[in-house]
Amino acid sequence: MISKYSVIRAIAVGAAVTAFSSRALAQQNPTHEVPAPAHGGTVVMLCDGKTSIEVKDLKPGQAMTHDEAVKVSRDLMAKWTREHPGEHWEMAQEAPPESAPSAEASPMGAAVPGNPAAPAPAPSMSVQQGDTYASFQPRDYKVWKAETDTFVADGKRIFHDAKALGSTIGVSCDMCHPDASNTHPETYPKYQVQLQKVALLRDMIDWCIENPIKGKALEPNDPKLRALEAYIYAQRKGVPLDYGKH
Amino acid sequence: MAARHKSVETRYMEDRDKVLRGMRRLDRRTFMKVLAASAGAVMAKGLMPPHTFQLVNVAEAALDKSASATGAPGTPPFTFAYISDTHMYVRTLNQRFVKGAVKAVEDVNALDPQPDFVLFGGDLAQLGRPEELEQGKQVLSELKAPVKMMVGEHDWFYDMGDKWQELFGPPNYSFDWKGVHVVVLMSVHEKDFWTARGLSPADRMQIVAGLDNSIQSRFEVGDEEREWLKNDLAKVPTTTPLLVFSHSPLYKYYRNWNFWTEDAEQVQELLKPYPNVTVVHGHTHQMLFNQIGNISFYGMLSTAWPWPYAPQGLPALTVQMNRPDPYDQLDGLGDGQVNVSKEGLADMMYNLWDRNPVTVRADYLRSNGKTYVPPAPQFASY
Repeated sequence: MISKYSVIRAIAVGAAVTAFSSRALAQQNPTHEVPAPAHGGTVVMLCDGKTSIEVKDLKPGQAMTHDEAVKVSRDLMAKWTREHPGEHWEMAQEAPPESAPSAEASPMGAAVPGNPAAPAPAPSMSVQQGDTYASFQPRDYKVWKAETDTFVADGKRIFHDAKALGSTIGVSCDMCHPDASNTHPETYPKYQVQLQKVALLRDMIDWCIENPIKGKALEPNDPKLRALEAYIYAQRKGVPLDYGKH
Repeated sequence: MAARHKSVETRYMEDRDKVLRGMRRLDRRTFMKVLAASAGAVMAKGLMPPHTFQLVNVAEAALDKSASATGAPGTPPFTFAYISDTHMYVRTLNQRFVKGAVKAVEDVNALDPQPDFVLFGGDLAQLGRPEELEQGKQVLSELKAPVKMMVGEHDWFYDMGDKWQELFGPPNYSFDWKGVHVVVLMSVHEKDFWTARGLSPADRMQIVAGLDNSIQSRFEVGDEEREWLKNDLAKVPTTTPLLVFSHSPLYKYYRNWNFWTEDAEQVQELLKPYPNVTVVHGHTHQMLFNQIGNISFYGMLSTAWPWPYAPQGLPALTVQMNRPDPYDQLDGLGDGQVNVSKEGLADMMYNLWDRNPVTVRADYLRSNGKTYVPPAPQFASY
């Protein structure tokens, strides 16, 4: 059974772990048989599933201080070194996510210059390590995607709701733009002759809110306007940018 | 003959001669009517000479009308007008859609000669409220020609058609007109999606009013009404031309937006024995046409707002209308007329507001797009 103390994770990944590492939490599958305490303390197990020591003064449910935890982790590593003479403990950083330019796991992958179709390099020594971006985990990306999708969903809600848009005549965006069709966000900025200026997507959204929807134009950083913009862009994923297209 | 640059004036005179030659076969009275119609069109468009003679389309439309008016009673040819998809809120809430409907009524009343009847294509109201339907009846009552009413989903799903039937009678019916058998269908039935969800009538109507939600069911004519259609057609010889009026397209265009009739194939099967069938439908708010086997399909324009073309499923024969200008409240909207020929085939004239009208002929559809190709758009959907 995996012990629940957060210090275990710190020991397992080593002193170089950052706050972002939460892989052990995400993977609940492998289980380690932690032996029962012999002296009424708490057994702390190394992530190899074999090496353990008992912290005699630590009662179950009690937390250690940072200094105590550091001492425990050093003791554990020392024990492992003694039990594995001549072996080297590999400080493996988390391998970069599989399938390098996957939008899901690695938003930074698309920015990697070179051939995006090349297979992902094998983990460890051939991949650059240690910087912030490389330390993000699949779970982090999942969390961010969930946040973004919530934002887009809010935009979708407003897009379909005349009252939320502030319409005084019962008109909502989706009446003319089902699924945000015919919004062409990829064509802005462009000169909009009817506005007599170069327009961005949000200028067009505001024009629509004022005119066919007969509501009050939203301020540029109004959360509703930002959400509407997000929804419209999300519906056009994959369409190449083509600013200035009329 | 050496190629030479023609001046604007030369081109103008040549086009004008072409039009006037074409008009020679008219009697003097009809000629004067056509001239008046052209002059009216010029003024409406603000065209000043020496603009080249673009009035041919308008003149042609006028031509067809006068020719059909001299058809013998009891047989085609004849003309009917259409007004569709007015989507009116009560005027105290929203004037824009009411203005569109009133404009269409004025257009049809200005036709000379008057059409045989006016088809109302469905979606008179926007949210199916009794006040909206009463207002709609009042607006259409200004029409001089007799009106044939057809129901749309926006009229039906608030009270499941109670008010509609009170005001306008049965939702599906048929009649014979000058040798053509005309069927008016209620083709926007939906399988019950509201009871299990415990939706109020207003919620149900709101969901049906949305195009892009996947909560509502797909439109259908339904088993009961297909049975009614079968029995109705049993009395009609297969040599009779058919006109079928429907709100949903009676074919499968784009499922996600309910530009769709779930039992389309079964309905088309019932129409198969008849060599001359034309379906005139509403709901899609765009210039749209198709040919499936023996059936020609024409979609009517809306007077309320235009819709973009769907990302998939557009019939190959449809020539798109130019993308509407959102800054022009009338663009992409309109009304129109259908000319039914001697053989009972139908040509559709799209009277697009703020644009030149477009005529789509049965010959174009039935030749699979080889003859009488309608003018191409400059700005297609993307």
